[in-house]
Amino acid sequence: MALNFMDFVGAIPGNVALGLIWGIMAIGVFVTFKILNFADLTVDGSFATGGATAVVLILNGWSAPAALLAAFAVGALAGFCTGLLHTMLGIPDILSGILMQIALYSVNLNIMGGANKAISVDQYKLIISQRYLNMALIISLSFVLVVMVLCYWYFGTEQGCAIRATGSNPAMSRAQGININAMKVIALAISNGLVAMAGGLLSQFQGYSDINMGRGSIVIGLAAVIIGEVLGSAIFGKRMNFMIRLAFVTIGAIIYYLVIGLVLWLQMPTDDLKLFTAIIVAVFLAIPYIKGKAGHSFAAAARKGAKND
Amino acid sequence: MIKITDIYKTFNPGTINEKHALNGISLELKDQDFVTVIGGNGAGKSTLLNALAGTWPVDSGRIEIDGIDVTGLPEHKRAKYLGRVFQDPMTGTAADMEIEENLALAARRGRGRGLGWGITSKEKEHYKDLLKTFDLGLENRLTAKVGLLSGGQRQALTLLMATLQKPKALLLDEHTAALDPKTAENVLKATDRIVKENGLTTLMITHNMRDAIAHGNRLIMLNEGRIILDISGEEKKRLTIEDLLHKFEEVSGQEFSNDQAILS
Repeated sequence: MALNFMDFVGAIPGNVALGLIWGIMAIGVFVTFKILNFADLTVDGSFATGGATAVVLILNGWSAPAALLAAFAVGALAGFCTGLLHTMLGIPDILSGILMQIALYSVNLNIMGGANKAISVDQYKLIISQRYLNMALIISLSFVLVVMVLCYWYFGTEQGCAIRATGSNPAMSRAQGININAMKVIALAISNGLVAMAGGLLSQFQGYSDINMGRGSIVIGLAAVIIGEVLGSAIFGKRMNFMIRLAFVTIGAIIYYLVIGLVLWLQMPTDDLKLFTAIIVAVFLAIPYIKGKAGHSFAAAARKGAKND
Repeated sequence: MIKITDIYKTFNPGTINEKHALNGISLELKDQDFVTVIGGNGAGKSTLLNALAGTWPVDSGRIEIDGIDVTGLPEHKRAKYLGRVFQDPMTGTAADMEIEENLALAARRGRGRGLGWGITSKEKEHYKDLLKTFDLGLENRLTAKVGLLSGGQRQALTLLMATLQKPKALLLDEHTAALDPKTAENVLKATDRIVKENGLTTLMITHNMRDAIAHGNRLIMLNEGRIILDISGEEKKRLTIEDLLHKFEEVSGQEFSNDQAILS
């Protein structure tokens, strides 16, 4: 089958819209992974929780905006629980997230009453749908911008600064009177709220929620965060401020979906997509490390030493 | 005023690593007392400071700050009374945050942290003026990340942060031990100046006997979790390193076991 380049171009708007929706999710991952320095795996569960909550509430007659707010709240509750497992019960961060993620799998099945739930844009008034792609682009972009501005504001407040300090140096934070456990719980709630909201948007965009829609989402979120970081620091260097960093997280998500679009266009089997994702993330995670080591490795030292002989 | 009454602390009780770190320490600091603390390795110096700071709860005894019983308060709640500088220059500041952001965090110690701005433009001017007094060239680098500073600069910044809001007590845990001699001297000078200017009650651990004698109005020596020597006033002014070593051997029946202390 011949590859038609126009097919790839035609798929770009859809991939950009997906990238923007996942950009919100990635900002949530950014909050825990980068700001709080907490590897939170809850998101694989809370993303689907958000999708399930939004779809089921809309099917039950809620308005779409109210359902989306509820999705945020339910996601925040999940993050809150992860925070309690970690701070009150002393369970390590990764394990707290995994426990919550597995618990949410059952919760999500219960919310949907099954493995998936369809919702038609013809019967319900949805916020966003892939049927109306131009509108979807505008709406997802607006959501991203609002989330960015709110994050910029919040992490500039006293409480936001306390969360950043907690992530940067817990010992110093305690000595400055910051209740670091409370800050962790708040940040996890905000992060998972954003993730669930992104899930709520995606389920409307694609017209259904699915128990597996969040599977591997942490990796996609990380991919966006890291692609954005590498790209942003390459372009802006030390002038990267918080707003630019947030913007690049979203750009990272868009790039990720464009690359996925390219891979699909190249007719790579969809079964290999996750493998491909893992490779992209590994490559981008490795770039800063390899760059830092360039010319400073033992092998380089040995070569230089040999030259001087 | 700080009043510590008969505090005990045992680490890893009931295990092979059991360590009786504090064995009934009582200590009363009057307002504006500047007490230096010396002792060998494992004597309980840092443990005493951590007990006061609330890093963990003590096993028994009572700790009062200005008449308020803080024995039951966790670290972050006691922080409003205490300014602290640590041995490791990395501990006292947030490396990923700007100099002015670190100062703003410290300025809010002990207050609720709500949704007001984390730092205001009026504060920035104030911090600039304060940093000028340190003569480290930091006043023009307010928006630089603290991670870019040297160890000495970070300790000086931590010292400023600890005293930005006047604490009931300033706790210094060997805060010059990780610095080179010249920088250590500068930080100690800054410490003396700040303590004097603000009339602070201070507890300073040091492994340097000369510093312990040269600074402050009172000196205590710890051994095996007990205070074995408490010298103040005129007697302290006349003290020499030989006196201290001699007294240590006399009271404890052992040789002073801190190589660093003897060498410096």
